[in-house]
Amino acid sequence: MMPKMTPKMAPQLDYFQETPSQTAGPYVHIGLIPHQAGFDIFEKPFGNKLAGPDTPGEHIGVEGRVLDGLGAPCRDVLLEIWQANTAGRYNHPADRQIGKALDTGFRGWGRTGTDFATGLYRFETVKPGAVVGRRGHKPMAPHVNLWLAARGINIGLATRIYFEDEKALNEQDPVLRMVEPAERRETLLARREEREGAVVYVFDIRLQGERETLFFDV
Amino acid sequence: MMPQNEFIQRDRSRHPPALTPDYKTSVLRSPRLALWSLQNSLSEMTGPVFGQEELGPLDNDLILNYAKTGEPIGERTIVHGRVLDENGRGVPGALVEVWQANAGGRYRHRNDTYLAPIDPNFGGCGRMITDETGAYAFRTVKPGAYPFRNHVNSWRPAHIHFSLSGSGFAQRLITQMYFEGDPLIPKDSILGTLPDPAARQRLVALLDLNAAVPLDSLAYRFDIVLRGTRSTLFENKLQGN
Repeated sequence: MMPKMTPKMAPQLDYFQETPSQTAGPYVHIGLIPHQAGFDIFEKPFGNKLAGPDTPGEHIGVEGRVLDGLGAPCRDVLLEIWQANTAGRYNHPADRQIGKALDTGFRGWGRTGTDFATGLYRFETVKPGAVVGRRGHKPMAPHVNLWLAARGINIGLATRIYFEDEKALNEQDPVLRMVEPAERRETLLARREEREGAVVYVFDIRLQGERETLFFDV
Repeated sequence: MMPQNEFIQRDRSRHPPALTPDYKTSVLRSPRLALWSLQNSLSEMTGPVFGQEELGPLDNDLILNYAKTGEPIGERTIVHGRVLDENGRGVPGALVEVWQANAGGRYRHRNDTYLAPIDPNFGGCGRMITDETGAYAFRTVKPGAYPFRNHVNSWRPAHIHFSLSGSGFAQRLITQMYFEGDPLIPKDSILGTLPDPAARQRLVALLDLNAAVPLDSLAYRFDIVLRGTRSTLFENKLQGN
């Protein structure tokens, strides 16, 4: 009989292995958004306002709640977004798309926490432009990359926010197109609202159960 | 031209699964449907860039960055290490953020009601950017263990939370560092979410007397590995690397 091959006996390549994830816990705010924990410490804290008054593009709010498997709002979630500017360009040296203006004043990243009382989160940003698709693919429809971490979440969850009023571009989007069935795709669409002239996209995240949000293994 | 720096696929068997019932909060906060696998595009390969000028001079010194009437009480400790990628290369420019309880196990957070007192001179958070070799270091007091409402008598081992941002948003990672020799480590429901004992060991920082400051501070060493980039040998790129 052949001896059973254990991982220990197998020849090893000399790659390192990623450090394992652990939950961010209920007090994630202390490290990442101390003001919400109840104190101020850093001179320049990171926050949820990505765009200033001079940032080109359509200024929008993005807000919503994160709901658990019973539909209850999770009020201790950390959320981060990463997005392109209004021209569809990321503020990162690896983005070498031609003919799209880089706006060095727009980092394209922000973080916030869901409110301890209401469970609402909110970002203030601009609507991103379309970004080139993966090699050889069509451009991706405007989207915001979202990552969230919280107590009870052992490894951060990644999803994307698309905009319901970009119907034509969404239909051509190489990521949305691969998602079946259509009901799952719809969990990635933010709803457009106008409140006293301001544009707000509402994007609720359902961690589990009915209409569960689609999360990606990126 | 498109960048050629897709990340190596994440090995999820080395990470905790979403549903780990012994850590009770995970029961209602874990997706039931499978993750949708997404090949890297610019959206995953890029991420926020942070600059040293955004940080204050004391941001990585938890002994001084919230000192009001004196210095915090506790075991003066240096934590240091390198942020590497899976190819063994240092990750320069990575944002490392840390937070922790004070020496008595109490967090400076409006929702923490544990009866151990707040330390008036300790905030409990710090941040730094790795140097050109991927090295980071901060100074703090060693956190205490604290109870949490999981089982009736659940206690977290002493730990420091770490948040890492590398060069791409797909490298984003939050984890926890534990201290060598802590008897609470094998009993912890949260470290226990990791199925592989070798992976659990990776989160335990070793006492590093070589980095201690005599008559001043002990030191622990904690190296962190973020996802590496794939070497794309033959894919629209016949000339190789």
